[in-house]
Amino acid sequence: MQTDASKSNWSLVIRPRGGLFDLNLKDLWAYRDLLFLLVRRDIVTVYKQTLLGFFWFIIPPVLNALTYLIIFGLFAKVPTGATNIVLFYLIGVVGWSYFADCINRTATTFRSNASIFGKVYFPRLIVPISSVLSALVKFLVQFAFVLAVMVWYGFGDQAPDVQWQWIWLIPVLLLLMTFTGLAMGIIISSLTTKYRDLSNIVPFAVQFLMYATPVIYPAGFFPEQWQWIFDVNPLSPLMEMFRHILLGTDRFNFLHLAYSAGFSLVLLVIGMMLFTKTERNFMDTV
Amino acid sequence: METVVKVDGVSKVFRLGDVGASTLTDDIRTFLNRLRGKSPEHMMKAETNDRTSGAGSSDYVWALKDVDFEVAKGEIVGLVGRNGAGKSTLLKILSRTTAPSSGEIRIKGKVASLLEVGTGFHPDLSGRDNIFLNGAILGMRKAEIRSKFDQIVEFAGVQRYIDTPVKRYSSGMYVRLAFAVAAHLDPDILIIDEVLAVGDAEFQAKCLGKMKDVSDQGRTVLFVSHNMGAVADLCTRAILLKHGSVFLDGPTDEVIRTYVEQNMKTGLSDDKVLQDATVRRGTGEVRYQHIEMLNSRGEACNEFYPGESVEIRMKAIALQDVSELQASIGLRSGRTRDFVTTTGRCIVSDKPVKQGSVLEFRFTFTNLPLRPGVFETYFWLGDTRMETAFDVVDNLLAPLVVRCPPEINSLLLAGYVDIPFTFERSR
Repeated sequence: MQTDASKSNWSLVIRPRGGLFDLNLKDLWAYRDLLFLLVRRDIVTVYKQTLLGFFWFIIPPVLNALTYLIIFGLFAKVPTGATNIVLFYLIGVVGWSYFADCINRTATTFRSNASIFGKVYFPRLIVPISSVLSALVKFLVQFAFVLAVMVWYGFGDQAPDVQWQWIWLIPVLLLLMTFTGLAMGIIISSLTTKYRDLSNIVPFAVQFLMYATPVIYPAGFFPEQWQWIFDVNPLSPLMEMFRHILLGTDRFNFLHLAYSAGFSLVLLVIGMMLFTKTERNFMDTV
Repeated sequence: METVVKVDGVSKVFRLGDVGASTLTDDIRTFLNRLRGKSPEHMMKAETNDRTSGAGSSDYVWALKDVDFEVAKGEIVGLVGRNGAGKSTLLKILSRTTAPSSGEIRIKGKVASLLEVGTGFHPDLSGRDNIFLNGAILGMRKAEIRSKFDQIVEFAGVQRYIDTPVKRYSSGMYVRLAFAVAAHLDPDILIIDEVLAVGDAEFQAKCLGKMKDVSDQGRTVLFVSHNMGAVADLCTRAILLKHGSVFLDGPTDEVIRTYVEQNMKTGLSDDKVLQDATVRRGTGEVRYQHIEMLNSRGEACNEFYPGESVEIRMKAIALQDVSELQASIGLRSGRTRDFVTTTGRCIVSDKPVKQGSVLEFRFTFTNLPLRPGVFETYFWLGDTRMETAFDVVDNLLAPLVVRCPPEINSLLLAGYVDIPFTFERSR
């Protein structure tokens, strides 16, 4: 299944599964219009036939953050080290839900698109990439809302302590969250085409992962002997540094970030390999 | 002629049965074998694909086995074969929705298949959005869709509804829009699977009409069908698949004759097909038990020359008491599978028929007024007063084949029937 124009003048050569890393980026590029149309579809269909429309991008994280604020902030009184606990929970929730979105939207790629994949060929990777881009659009809307809230608090004694010198790191953090989420999603999607057991665990695993990451509490909330969880978790530095830059809380450690970056890149390579291997024959087993 | 499709030793292994723990053991074994450099387990133990034979010893079968053929530019090739012969698998490999287990296919030009109609339509999106989305899924660039947009909308006839979500479309409008997008793909090679084509007869006829247009423009068509009439009508060459391999590749009429002959074994003279009531319509009070076609010498035969006489002998058994019994025969042909002729209802018995009684009767066409072609058979049994059909045997048995007399150019005998006429010229 690869376009191979170099050999004689055949425009297409169909072969059994090729090498492990047969990505075919040229094909992916040829279908870029489809990528943007799929993103558009995902965005547009969210607010079709709703009264509040675009606000549905913002309402869920606000309600989530409110829940955590009441339970962890007001009742349990978890120390956050933040001057503004509203922003602490809001930034945590928005950051995490982007990552979780990347996993959840891509983890069912093969199964939920089986009817399309069974009828027509296009580079399958277009679908998870479009899912991630749709999640990014949603995140950007939410992030704009977060910025607005920050500006609103910016003139009082609850002003966020923005670390301006590191602000350029935010796109890097976002990219790493995207890679990790996409990689985990397509790995799950590839592994569950034949044996569906794993897909039943995914929602719990994502939730468990959230509690193993400093999202609704800072790393210091865990006792000393449990700190290793945050240290090995490649998502910790992403969430911590994200909040550190915007709010001045949490830890900030470049070495930890380097570990996280390495982890996400390796995971992405593995994910792509599994995905391209699966896409060739999954129609026979799905 | 330039070769545009070259299929080279293509095979495909399928696993039968459910996916479960035993699949996992097989997978592990395959993986270990691969580490040791052996070929995968399932490829060593796969068996010939014959769905009718009883349980084989292996869970793996060859859906396709060493299929080789080439298609030249502008050819219209029919792929025929019984259900499960591997036609659809071959098309799936050609349209890249699944990969072959071994072998290689080389293709020149853009491929599109009409089995993809409406793929990826989103009910909440407007007709306009869906045209773009569907077009992109089928491989068109945005600019290309934009340039064809007006033609597509006009072809579908949905101008007024173009900004309405397609979930509010009538099913006819929906299919027309979906088809319009696919029809404007302008592929170099068009693949049509009639078996999978959805929609009513009108829509199928439209598909076939589109196919004719495409081939008239000198493009290549691969056509999969059970409709021998359409294959005979449209294709210049045909390939007969049997148990996953190419059984015969040659001129259409020769391939159809072979296909029909092979199916005769389980068709006309064998009553097995008639015993299987599950594939039939009708209420079942009376069932056909035996149907055979004979030539003027009384031999079982389904090939005739125009003007010969054809006798169709039938036996029916009453499974319940019925008040009367009528029978009729129809012949269908052509791309739309329209009836070419029907006998009308003939009275087998105007008195009540008792349960268990067997009735024998026959139809005879003397001086067969049909032109060369393939005619699908349609046998009906029923009760006119109650307007119920007891049994309908629709294209389950071998078709009636009318051969072209060797001394006549078949092109001079276009159409389906001979009508008596006179011709005069004034001086």
